[in-house]
Amino acid sequence: MANDLFTYTMRLADDAAILSQRLAGWCGHASHLEEDIALTNIALDQIGCARLLYAYAGEIEGKGRDEDALCFNRNEREFTNLLLLEQPNDDFAYAIVRQFFYSAYVLLFWQALKSSKDERLAGIAAKAEKEAAYHLRHSAEWVVRLGDGTEESRSRIEEAIEFLWMYTGEMFEMDEVATALAEQGIAVDAAAIKPAWNKSINEVFARADLSVPTGTWMQTGGRNGEHSEHLGHVLAPMQYLQRAYPGLVW
Amino acid sequence: MARASAHLATPNASDLLEKARAAAASVVDPEIPVITIEELGVLRDVAVEADGSVTVTITPTYTGCPAMTVFVMDIEVALDEAGFEQVRVETVLSPAWTSDWMSEAAREKLRAYGIAPPVGSAGSTGLFDKPDVACPRCGSLKTERISEFGSTACKALYKCGSCHEPFDYFKCI
Repeated sequence: MANDLFTYTMRLADDAAILSQRLAGWCGHASHLEEDIALTNIALDQIGCARLLYAYAGEIEGKGRDEDALCFNRNEREFTNLLLLEQPNDDFAYAIVRQFFYSAYVLLFWQALKSSKDERLAGIAAKAEKEAAYHLRHSAEWVVRLGDGTEESRSRIEEAIEFLWMYTGEMFEMDEVATALAEQGIAVDAAAIKPAWNKSINEVFARADLSVPTGTWMQTGGRNGEHSEHLGHVLAPMQYLQRAYPGLVW
Repeated sequence: MARASAHLATPNASDLLEKARAAAASVVDPEIPVITIEELGVLRDVAVEADGSVTVTITPTYTGCPAMTVFVMDIEVALDEAGFEQVRVETVLSPAWTSDWMSEAAREKLRAYGIAPPVGSAGSTGLFDKPDVACPRCGSLKTERISEFGSTACKALYKCGSCHEPFDYFKCI
């Protein structure tokens, strides 16, 4: 049980940390100054969320690993984030669609986790929910703007939607760890929030006259540490300092 | 907003507590120096133990808010200056901070400082709804959101269509 709770908390922490690092990659590179600030502000919220979750996971584990040890001293195969979140920043449309798919999901996820029997997770969820709400608003507005924009913006967001769609199935998977914790009233039944997620996606896509992909084949593996080739490239710059100078503090 | 609880039985317990509470409540937001952490709703509790040590409980506005570190340092300094040597600052997450906790007086101070205060109450808007934000300079409602994100986590960037000034809006969460 403690082991399941550690595993579960680490998944959520890794999601926040990896997405944060991806978003931070836009610093100085976004389309305009306001968007640069927006994406890095979202990154900051994700760092805050990751810190709370890693710190809690470290306490559950009880081996003296703090938030930094858990974030910076683990290898790719030990990371259990969703594959969606490690996908590259190839194009602004990719970053927006990645954020939109995830925010639409995680808002529902935090809303459900708020009533977890685990008080710490419930407390973190109540904070994170408020932030996910405006992350969703930001990305949804961009989905509409790009989809309803020029021929160029529309073709690029369509390509991003088509490519990232196969990474959305993983969000709703329930494995043994999640199922066992859900039965105890601790974890969220992720499969149960899928209809609401579909509704949210459909509504926003309809505003921009974008089609929801019909593909049913989904990528999986992130929760077991099986990643795309991209994760190592996310970790390298993120972990460099602590790997090269272990324990270094500012 | 903050509760004050005494764990002391000595005659001047309430005086000490009041002194500690006043010191903690005097700390201002480093990024919005016109409002205190008490007015912001960040300060949740101040307790003075029998040995004279103080525990200050605060709650973060946003999970990644960098000002939290500064809050902790400033609280320690304020209490030290008030004569309390042993100070502990604890952070709690529940109940989650909301901009609804800001008093009318605090909202007025924000406006006078040039920041539009939160409109309405948290969680009351739909995905594409936009609040009617009044320009803090000229009061016009002919304003436009430039970005959901501004100079700090708690603010969005707006501009006024009447006086043409850009301004920050303190988000309603």
